[in-house]
Amino acid sequence: MTNALSQEAPASRDKLAEKMSVRNLDFFYGETRALKSVSVPLYANQATAFIGPSGCGKSTLLRVLNRMYDLYPRQRAEGEVLLDGENILNPKQDINALRARVGMVFQKPTPFPMSIYDNIAFGVRLYEKLGKADMDERVEKALRGAAIWDEVKDKLNASGLSLSGGQQQRLCIARTVAIQPEVILFDEPCSALDPISTAKVEELIDEMRRDYTIAIVTHNMQQAVRVSQYTAFMYLGEMVEFDDTDKIFTAPKERRTQDYITGRFG
Amino acid sequence: MVEHTVRSFDADLETLDRHISEMGGIAEKMLADAMDALSTMNVELAQKVIATDVRLDVLQRTVEDLAVRVLARRQPVAVDLRDVVGVIRISADLERIGDQAKNIAKRAAKIAGESRIPRAVVGLRSMHDLAATQLNDVLDAYAQRDVERAKAVWNRDLELDALEDSVFRDLLTFMMEDPRNITFCTHLLFCSKNLERVGDHTTNIAETVHYIVTGESMPGERPRGIDSSTLP
Repeated sequence: MTNALSQEAPASRDKLAEKMSVRNLDFFYGETRALKSVSVPLYANQATAFIGPSGCGKSTLLRVLNRMYDLYPRQRAEGEVLLDGENILNPKQDINALRARVGMVFQKPTPFPMSIYDNIAFGVRLYEKLGKADMDERVEKALRGAAIWDEVKDKLNASGLSLSGGQQQRLCIARTVAIQPEVILFDEPCSALDPISTAKVEELIDEMRRDYTIAIVTHNMQQAVRVSQYTAFMYLGEMVEFDDTDKIFTAPKERRTQDYITGRFG
Repeated sequence: MVEHTVRSFDADLETLDRHISEMGGIAEKMLADAMDALSTMNVELAQKVIATDVRLDVLQRTVEDLAVRVLARRQPVAVDLRDVVGVIRISADLERIGDQAKNIAKRAAKIAGESRIPRAVVGLRSMHDLAATQLNDVLDAYAQRDVERAKAVWNRDLELDALEDSVFRDLLTFMMEDPRNITFCTHLLFCSKNLERVGDHTTNIAETVHYIVTGESMPGERPRGIDSSTLP
């Protein structure tokens, strides 16, 4: 299950470009301050895992990165979130353009009730006008990119809902990839999947790192170790520790990180 | 340290710790007995040391089995991971210390009938005393997760190397004085090497303690004395 990419020694951090940079970010659900002055980089072509107990703000942070929270009233973010140096929290930011660049895969697979083909093509059509041949090519490329092509190529007209849970999740990843984003956010992508499907998705995430910058929220510590190069530990809305994944899981600096990842949390 | 939410994890780690202290106790006793057997030419005691080594081997396998099970079942990280990896390393070093003691005991049994110069053993006794103190200290450092103490042990290995060097010169002198001493002194020469090795394993354990506590290897070059094997 390992490949050449995951065997590499982690690149030296000062040589990595920051694809996204979160700076002094505060987030409010009404009066409740869910993120407290959070700063964290997302390095280009690296996978960054966000871990922490439920309610620590990791999913909230992920929802800020593509402004998913805009859908809800009374939620607001303060601070800066830079994507290639541009602050995406700027009110003038085109939300659709942002979400085309920063894609998201959710905890539960969410295929649309339409054919496998259209599940992919639907999103593409929102952003681009492609001819039949080009669209066919794009769909195939996306399905291949999500390592599900061989399983569905003979039934592209079957409903997306007819697939297994693991296949549905890879279909959703294909849907995200088809838009050709730059950053992909994964929110607990494997928590509803069996171990084999989980392994396939993890393998996929590792391969996708060649082309995308990846952020993944996970409760599964071993998964964070397996798929990420960097890990951020959050607690009660604060960024407690951010470091190389190897460092976090062998010798974390902060006591709270150590207590959490070793299962000593009170 | 705060307990794990899963209590049986703590129980496993405590069991590993307990096995290490037991191994440490056995290794210390074997070493002391082997040295006594050598000084007093006591064949019976030497045989006892040789027999005890089996127990140490069994314990080491037990530790390894349990450590591997803990790795598989708990997938420990951070300090827990370092603990388990540390235990595997330390048990191997203690087992090797037992082997060194056994080798000394074997030689004691072999040369018991042809004891020639009792004062030749005096230098070895000093080596043993220092090695035993070092071993005792490093086991305490492990039990208390005391980095400073481990570091002190690590730095003192130099003294043991220096002692080995002087023992080497003494034995060489005895051999030159009277060729009939050669067989006897050669056996003692090997024993001094065994004691020096005990020091090396003790130093390894000190390094492991440092790693368990800090997550980093002991900084700096390992202190080295003059290597007697390169002496004329």
